Amino acid sequence: MSTYSIKGATGDWEVVVGLEVHAQVVSKAKLFSGAATEFGAEPNTQVSLVDAAMPGMLPVLNRECIRQAVRTGMAIDAKINKWSRFDRKNYFYADLPQGYQISQLYHPLVGEGEITVLLDEKDEDSVKTIGIERIHVEQDAGKLMHDQHPTMSYVDLNRSGVALMEIVSRPDMRSPAEAGAYLRKLRAILRYVGSCDGNMEEGSMRADVNVSVRKPGDELGTRTETKNVNSVRFVMAVIEHEARRQVDVLEDGGTIVQETRLYDPDKNVTRTLRSKEDAHDYRYFPDPDLLPLELEDAFLEACRESLPELPDAKRKRYERHGITPYHASVLTAEVEAARWFDTLLESGTEPKAAANWVSSELFGALNRLGKSIEESPVSPTQAAELLKLVADGTISGSLAKQVFEIMLESGQDAGRIVEERGLKQTSDTGAIDSEIDKILAANADKVEQYKAGKVALFGFFVGQTMKAMQGKANPQVVNERLRAKLD
Amino acid sequence: MSELTLKTIAQLREGFRAGEFTAQEIAGAFNEAVAAGRALNAYTVETPADALACAVAADEARGSVELGALAGIPLGIKDLFATKGVDSTSGSRILKDFKPPYESTVTAKLRAAGAGMLGKLNMDEFAMGSSNETSAYGPVISPWKRNDGSNAAITPGGSSGGSAAAVAAGLAPGVTGTDTGGSIRQPAAFTGITGIKPTYGRCSRWGIVAFASSLDQAGPMARDVRDCAILLEAMAGFDPKDSTSLDLPVPQWEAGLSSDLKGKRVGIPKEYRIDTVPDDINVLWDKGIEWLRDAGAEPIEISLPHTQYALPTYYIIAPAEASSNLARYDGVRYGLRVEGVKTLDDMYAATRAAGFGAEVKRRIMIGTYVLSAGFYDAYFNKAQRVRTLIKQDFRKAFEQCDLILTPTAPSAAFGIGETTDPLAMYLNDVFAVPASLAGLPAMSVPGGLDKQGLPLGLHIIGNELDEQGVLNAGLAIEERAGFTARPEKWW
Amino acid sequence: MSVDTKTVRHIAKLARLQMTDAEVEALVPELNNILGWIEQLGEVNTDGVEPLTAVIDQKLRLRDDVVNDGDVRDAVLANAPGAEHGFFAVPKVIE
Ligand SMILES: [Mg+2]
Ligand SMILES: [Zn+2]
Repeated sequence: MSTYSIKGATGDWEVVVGLEVHAQVVSKAKLFSGAATEFGAEPNTQVSLVDAAMPGMLPVLNRECIRQAVRTGMAIDAKINKWSRFDRKNYFYADLPQGYQISQLYHPLVGEGEITVLLDEKDEDSVKTIGIERIHVEQDAGKLMHDQHPTMSYVDLNRSGVALMEIVSRPDMRSPAEAGAYLRKLRAILRYVGSCDGNMEEGSMRADVNVSVRKPGDELGTRTETKNVNSVRFVMAVIEHEARRQVDVLEDGGTIVQETRLYDPDKNVTRTLRSKEDAHDYRYFPDPDLLPLELEDAFLEACRESLPELPDAKRKRYERHGITPYHASVLTAEVEAARWFDTLLESGTEPKAAANWVSSELFGALNRLGKSIEESPVSPTQAAELLKLVADGTISGSLAKQVFEIMLESGQDAGRIVEERGLKQTSDTGAIDSEIDKILAANADKVEQYKAGKVALFGFFVGQTMKAMQGKANPQVVNERLRAKLD
Repeated sequence: MSELTLKTIAQLREGFRAGEFTAQEIAGAFNEAVAAGRALNAYTVETPADALACAVAADEARGSVELGALAGIPLGIKDLFATKGVDSTSGSRILKDFKPPYESTVTAKLRAAGAGMLGKLNMDEFAMGSSNETSAYGPVISPWKRNDGSNAAITPGGSSGGSAAAVAAGLAPGVTGTDTGGSIRQPAAFTGITGIKPTYGRCSRWGIVAFASSLDQAGPMARDVRDCAILLEAMAGFDPKDSTSLDLPVPQWEAGLSSDLKGKRVGIPKEYRIDTVPDDINVLWDKGIEWLRDAGAEPIEISLPHTQYALPTYYIIAPAEASSNLARYDGVRYGLRVEGVKTLDDMYAATRAAGFGAEVKRRIMIGTYVLSAGFYDAYFNKAQRVRTLIKQDFRKAFEQCDLILTPTAPSAAFGIGETTDPLAMYLNDVFAVPASLAGLPAMSVPGGLDKQGLPLGLHIIGNELDEQGVLNAGLAIEERAGFTARPEKWW
Repeated sequence: MSVDTKTVRHIAKLARLQMTDAEVEALVPELNNILGWIEQLGEVNTDGVEPLTAVIDQKLRLRDDVVNDGDVRDAVLANAPGAEHGFFAVPKVIE
């Protein structure tokens, strides 16, 4: 595929992108307290005295959050550190009750791993491997509301203390498209593993976007970090704009300052939040309220055994069944669709036909109805029956489309629909022959022309016959019989 | 002063159970003593109704149901402990009017054992101090006076100064204290009472306002060793809410008390022999050695090579942890808030400036500095490495001996306002801090009076989890020292 | 290492402690006195010595993933200097 570059007055510039993704861990209770994590509760109703940093309150680590982070690390073939520990990241802010965030700087739970992405679903060779530097576990902060009061900001601590995984990539991406592919793939993996619901609207996944530019072959340029970008589209937009901005600055003889920026989706621009001068000095040190975290082999084994089949493995399996790479990647992109498709396969349906039908007919219909796969009016078992009727020649492909439409509206099974509406296809040569004879007799002139060499008329005879049979005739048989009578 | 307030907890317990006097009589006597002792400034809050209510319950329970270990015993509680619905301000302006909606694990255990609360005890602000002069409520005055006829106000030591003064003056039969770098042992020594800091993790830190998390430990202060054993048994125990709490059963320390030290080797660390300390102290130390020999123990010289580095190590680690632990006092969720400032950062800075006293600010500044960019390895990590060496010193020492005997403090109590240089003040804990850094159990027992007529303490350090050994050695000294001196009542 | 008024002001800013010039001036010698004394640790050879990680050697315990806390808004807000409509209220933050 063509390499992305920014055209500048002084030539082409290469964009270098690294992402720090904050993914909310799926757990009932918070990382260090027994308060609930559900989204959208009344303000400060999911806050324990620990989350509110009352004097003398202490953290106790939630096993499930560690299990989920370890499983995630295993899913990206990362090194799991059996010895890790938590550090305090000290800074003052209204959404941070303790005055520090419990995080992991010096000894993260998960070390180096990697994620391979397919930049072009139709092109098997467009794979790119993006390095993961680390995954560490940390507390989320509370939420500030600025628009409720003229002179006050309101603080809701419901999110305070919810477990996050910070997934830090290497600066391996070179275009908005690569970053987009990486984010979609990461999201898919997290959702397959079940360690994060990947819901970007609810903030379950946010990305800090590190962007720098350089002339090809040069050293890495100075990067800026744009914080908390909450959609794939926005991340791609940020990279595009930030890269463009940096090139303009550099070509005007300016220099890039290492700084934290904010993205404004409405104006579609990034602006300075904090420059390096007043950057925080976080004064990290090991949290003395906690001991080092040491993981047992049995725990790690259980984590590994609990991992489901992951997107890449599934895709390869589908391809082994003769499914095209394109369909395979489309079918594995979303875990629910993949599960739906697997159930369909378990019913013994021929994989290629199933893949074609699901990615065109089913996905098309769901798109039209604006329904998700979980809301599909047609179940995998019902679909299996429909495809079986086509396979054994009971109905034609065109009839199948009609039947499927009826299934979508009525929720009825294909067999019943075919029975009740008499849509069964006939291969009864007697019936077909008599219709053909009538048609040939009624169109003696055309028969003449055909025999004189106007072979294109064959289609006309087929059409007439099918029409006369109300579309229920088996097309192959009609062809055979016509040839027998005409040639 | 009613003679009830002169009794030990053990005596009050027996008398109450035998029906010689009621729990209400005990509570009444101490409530009176507390009210009459305000000149000492030992209590920041008085809760006579609480003490009385618990006494009523104890009197009703007596003879019928099984009595709690501390039924009928009223106690004073250091203000560092969160007590539900009762002001818990850690001796600081910044926690003004803070009424916790929760009860610390340790005080909850004491209540569950039947103890009532006489009130909250004055202390150095956030437990940072060795003279109680940093309290927002003003200094506690020791009941003790010098014998030179001067009427100079003497410090009870700190940070558990209110606790120490209350026991010494009979304003409580026993109290809770906390010890981060000597805050139970030094005031106990200064006021002629007994106090023990257990092994780190024996007492839950949940609900105790944090100063330096890796050092903070709660412990009892009382009139004698037996009372300390009784109280510690009720205070200690595993708490799943504290990740550093030790998941071990609580030994029956009182039942295990024995002053027979046959077969015990007592280490005498040569590095603690400092010529600059007053003779009285080294003389008492030598007496202590003889008393333990007399109890059957064998004194041997040991070496703790890194002793001199303990205090500087402590003054990096404790302020560093404190600077982070005290970040939560920001005027948002509780306590003081300075209003009328525009921005959030101004509100933080103004509130913390108005809420913290000079010593707390000083330690926050040191702690912030040693953790700041570029200094972490040079200061904090270096200190944690030295701390490892200090722990190794003790580990090696306990291969040769069972217990260690030293003086508790390098001087007797000094006059209020006499020590103004922070560094000189820090040196008060030179003998107490090494055991704190190593998380070891240690106690101070009164040994005698110095030339000025002020109490001096002896300091026993035990191996991890060997509170029993420490208590037994303390008992042996107590029996031989025959320390009966009491401050003359002037308040 | 020794601190000057500029450093003290910077540290005070980090620690969110408002200080008058007089306080800053007074702190410079105090802190330098203490830091100078602390720095005697430089004498100690700590090559190959690990920083202490646990005072008493024990393993970190993990809690089960059960919701057994929270839903105590009144207790959480009870001591707040500023609480409105179930929120903590602070001087407006401009991002
Ligand atoms: Mg980040
Ligand atoms: Zn983060």
